[in-house]
Amino acid sequence: MNDQSNTPEDRSTRLKGMGCSRKRVEDVRFTQGKGNYVDDIRMDGMLFGDFVRSPYAHARVVSIDSAAAMKVPGVLAVITAKELEPLGLHWMPTLAGDKQMVLADGKVLFQGQEVAFVVATDRYAASDGVAAVEVEYDELPVVVDPFKALEPDAPVLREDLAGQTTGAHGPRRHHNHIFTWEVGDKEATEAVLAGADVVAEEMVYYHRTHPSPLETCGCVASMDKVNGKLTVWGTFQAPHAVRTVASLISGIAEHNIRIISPDIGGGFGNKVGVYPGYICAIVASIVTGKPVKWVESRMDNLMATAFARDYWMKGRIAATKAGKITGLWCHTTADHGGFDACADPSKFPAGFMNICTGSYDIPVAYLAVDGVYTNKAPGGVAYRCSFRVTEAAYFIERMIEVLAIRLGMDAAELRRINFIRKDQFPYQSALGWEYDSGDYHTAWDKALKAVGYDALRAEQAQRLADFKAGKTRRLIGIGLAHFTEIVGAGPVKNCDILGLGMFDSCEIRIHPTGSAIARLGTISQGQGHATTFAQIIASEIGIPADDITLEEGDTDTAPYGLGTYGSRSTPVAGAATAMAARKIRAKAQMIAAYLLEVHDDDVEFDVDRFAVKGAPERFKTMKEIAFAAYNQAIPGLEPGLEAVSYYDPPNMTYPFGAYICVMEIDVDTGEHEIRMFYALDDCGTRINPMIIEGQVHGGATEGYAIAMGQEIAYDEMGNHKTATLMDFFIPTSWETPHYTTDHTVTPSPHHPIGAKGVGESPNVGSVPAFSNAVHDAFRPFGLVHSHMPHDHWRVWKIARDLGLHG
Amino acid sequence: MIPAGFEYHRPADLASAIGLLQDHGDEARVVAGGHSLIPMMKLRMTDLGHLVDLQDIGELRGIAIGAGHVTIGAMTSQHDLIADDRLAAVLPIIREASLQIADPQVRYMGTIGGNVANGDPGNDMPGLMQCLNASYDLAGPDGTRQVAARGFYQAAYFTAREDDEILTRIVIPVPAAGTGHAYVKQKRKIGDYATAAAAVLVGTTSASVAMTNLSDTPVWSEAAGKALAAGDTEGCVAAILAAIDPQEDMRGPVEFKRHVAAVVLRRAIDSALARRT
Ligand SMILES: Cc1cc2nc3c(=O)[nH]c(=O)nc-3n(C[C@H](O)[C@H](O)[C@H](O)COP(=O)(O)OP(=O)(O)OC[C@H]3O[C@@H](n4cnc5c(N)ncnc54)[C@H](O)[C@@H]3O)c2cc1C
Repeated sequence: MNDQSNTPEDRSTRLKGMGCSRKRVEDVRFTQGKGNYVDDIRMDGMLFGDFVRSPYAHARVVSIDSAAAMKVPGVLAVITAKELEPLGLHWMPTLAGDKQMVLADGKVLFQGQEVAFVVATDRYAASDGVAAVEVEYDELPVVVDPFKALEPDAPVLREDLAGQTTGAHGPRRHHNHIFTWEVGDKEATEAVLAGADVVAEEMVYYHRTHPSPLETCGCVASMDKVNGKLTVWGTFQAPHAVRTVASLISGIAEHNIRIISPDIGGGFGNKVGVYPGYICAIVASIVTGKPVKWVESRMDNLMATAFARDYWMKGRIAATKAGKITGLWCHTTADHGGFDACADPSKFPAGFMNICTGSYDIPVAYLAVDGVYTNKAPGGVAYRCSFRVTEAAYFIERMIEVLAIRLGMDAAELRRINFIRKDQFPYQSALGWEYDSGDYHTAWDKALKAVGYDALRAEQAQRLADFKAGKTRRLIGIGLAHFTEIVGAGPVKNCDILGLGMFDSCEIRIHPTGSAIARLGTISQGQGHATTFAQIIASEIGIPADDITLEEGDTDTAPYGLGTYGSRSTPVAGAATAMAARKIRAKAQMIAAYLLEVHDDDVEFDVDRFAVKGAPERFKTMKEIAFAAYNQAIPGLEPGLEAVSYYDPPNMTYPFGAYICVMEIDVDTGEHEIRMFYALDDCGTRINPMIIEGQVHGGATEGYAIAMGQEIAYDEMGNHKTATLMDFFIPTSWETPHYTTDHTVTPSPHHPIGAKGVGESPNVGSVPAFSNAVHDAFRPFGLVHSHMPHDHWRVWKIARDLGLHG
Repeated sequence: MIPAGFEYHRPADLASAIGLLQDHGDEARVVAGGHSLIPMMKLRMTDLGHLVDLQDIGELRGIAIGAGHVTIGAMTSQHDLIADDRLAAVLPIIREASLQIADPQVRYMGTIGGNVANGDPGNDMPGLMQCLNASYDLAGPDGTRQVAARGFYQAAYFTAREDDEILTRIVIPVPAAGTGHAYVKQKRKIGDYATAAAAVLVGTTSASVAMTNLSDTPVWSEAAGKALAAGDTEGCVAAILAAIDPQEDMRGPVEFKRHVAAVVLRRAIDSALARRT
């Protein structure tokens, strides 16, 4: 091989490093059905567990009779709270500082709650066993509305908290109240509102929905009684944290617990929390000495494991007559269901809701959030978003539109005059964040130009005229959104989950022949980590991405990390990867210098090699260096070539984007058609543009579902009304819009490679874009705000209420 | 999502199938494509001791186009209905409606017999068959009888079929040449049942109109057909609105469904009139 005939560009291309649209290495197995998911795990003598669930939303459990179930052939055990109590496992701590029943302890608080766990030799027997357990309930009054839950005479949901006036996040002022969280300057904000030229006020509801990953939650627990080691394969987005929590609540020493997350079929926050199924499977395995599998059905998943959103956000926004925003006020009523099982960093009971000033330079702001118990399933997880960023982005992007209406202004222009300017970064927000970087005006102008904004407005006006003339029944809506995210949690100084700092990690080992394995503290659920993280290493140390194996999810082998959610993998573990690679590169430099017989400082890194400065023909490739690391005694250097990095990020990263949706709406049926969806993302340095595009398509499709029909709905009795995919909207390829993607690049100044994370941006940004399009279509008729989801009948109702049906 | 245990039978001829139904009474049920029945069993809403699979009974399959009638075997899949060009030539509304049922996977399995025998108000074929004035052949221990689609549906999941009868064939009169047709369905997504659907046939002297998922049975209105035949579209819509009785569900409240029913019907009428020659 004649290396010199290759230009640095050629050599760089061969690495398939950062910036390359390298094909996803995972897809070879996924597209052939060769993935290895939890439910693919089969072990000798493996048993199955399944739950008896409550048909009531609020009831006393009078008695549980397992006798008939125990007679079902194959049923081995029926576990209830009574059996778990001696082990102290009938309740478990939640990630939000609350506690949650593992199995109904005297009462149930939501429909679908776990009441008993039936263990059997196969899932058919388990299912028959579940049907045979007889439970007697005594119904109690139900409250599903968080405002009613706070009325003085509302039913008491959490009798276990009787007399507790302080919770994990401060004082509780009512028996169904969980916490109040306040940020910002209340007095100053209220003073600005009182004296403002214009104040727009609105109640913005982000309805309850569900991450509903393709693969539901599940696990296989296997207690090896010979060596005392517990192994749990599970759909865990944070395997290391699960190990620590499992050790703390079970008393099993942490080194005797091995948690393995195999392939995961989507998580979106649904797989961050700890669920009763895990505890019950573990207990059942300890009791029986056999591996025990528990896998949710789709209905179980939609009814019982973590939901998302359900935030009632009352907003007031103040501005001058010219449209300069002077203050923002928000009070949120957060419906947490029967237990507070959110998965937010401990110090943030409402996640990063205080990013609700969005992309705008708002001098003063105030946010208060009240958490409330209701008779609904627990959760409140970040469904493809960083801890309530989606709620915050929806809130501010709706408030901007409402303000534009009050001012009689174009909403694109209103945004433009209020954006934080490029020269203001790093920007200190009124609610306490330091935005690391941004260039909103450039992105916005590029987006408006790309969609032909002025021409669209002209077409819309013409359509409106035609509508009024009776020539058409379809309106056009132009939905705008400019979002700013806050991702990459996070700095250990203010981000922890159950006391575990939210750093992350990467360990890299270079093999003698120059290939490598890297292990991370994160876990891919479809994001393509094995593809992209190898690209970071390829660029940092000059070995081809194709020669790097990437492994995650086995706590016995991977370095400790807090897992994958909140778009944190690239910002935190990606940074750790670059830092570990740089440690290797530093050692490689010393090895190269020794081999080339020059001083360390006399060689420089050149794509895939170190070369003598000024004499590029004298070099050692990384392959040669790797071999030398294992077969030469180099004075002053240990053999081997490996490194580990634990990265504590100095700040969050702040990806942003400009999304525009053009929608046609049939006024008579409430149906819609997405004519165009343009998504411009700025996620800083782009590691794999194809993966970014895929993430944008996926996230925007979830956003489309949420905005246009997806919801978790309950009736007054607390009956779950959307527990199947017939009623819980997941778009098929037919409904899914076509997307046009675009980008600008504003690297993060504090991240080693300038990357910011993109996995969640499209969900965060698309929901307001879709929703604003619906609102925009009806703006000429006086619509100010109407709650999501904008399914057919709700859009139809907007038209009817505005008198458009004649 | 696991059904309770059951006994599985797979007879090769009609007589054996009927015999099994007689032997096991209401403990037994036939299964065709299984795409309505099996979900109900998995939800444990339907509990059966015996499942009698009809798929090996060859005589239940096939489409015969006669001079005045089309005869379709009960076990003919929705996919086969769509794929048959001869059928599309004489009864294009069947292809138009079938393409709006569920998704291709379901249509490969789901049969026309299962769809019309099921008695679910959400099924599209019953309304369509009423619009077309089809009749069903029911074979039982005492032989075969014919029941008009318009007289078959009594309430949700209750039909004129006896427990030990099997629906063998559907006989559809071929509409007069030049008859305009349309099947218009509003739904939330692919794979959803109708929010409202309208089947319309309109010729020069006669018309027929039926609606789906707007009552606990399909709704065919003689008055609506007469009005439309007389060229009175609004009279037709008014007659249908008087006949339907929609219930609120996740698709929307009653008022919305009534409005959409009228919109969908008007669109179907416009389209059928435009196709009339
Ligand atoms: C996701 C999904 C979406 C769907 N969407 C629609 C839709 O939009 N529109 C629509 O119309 N349908 C829809 N369906 C239903 C589908 O068309 C079914 O296949 C059809 O309703 C039943 O046909 P089958 O052959 O599957 O019947 P099966 O499920 O096998 O049987 C249904 C019932 O009919 C009885 N039965 C079947 N055949 C006979 C017979 N020959 N004689 C007597 N009784 C019989 C069975 O005993 C059973 O009670 C949907 C189904 C699914 C799963």
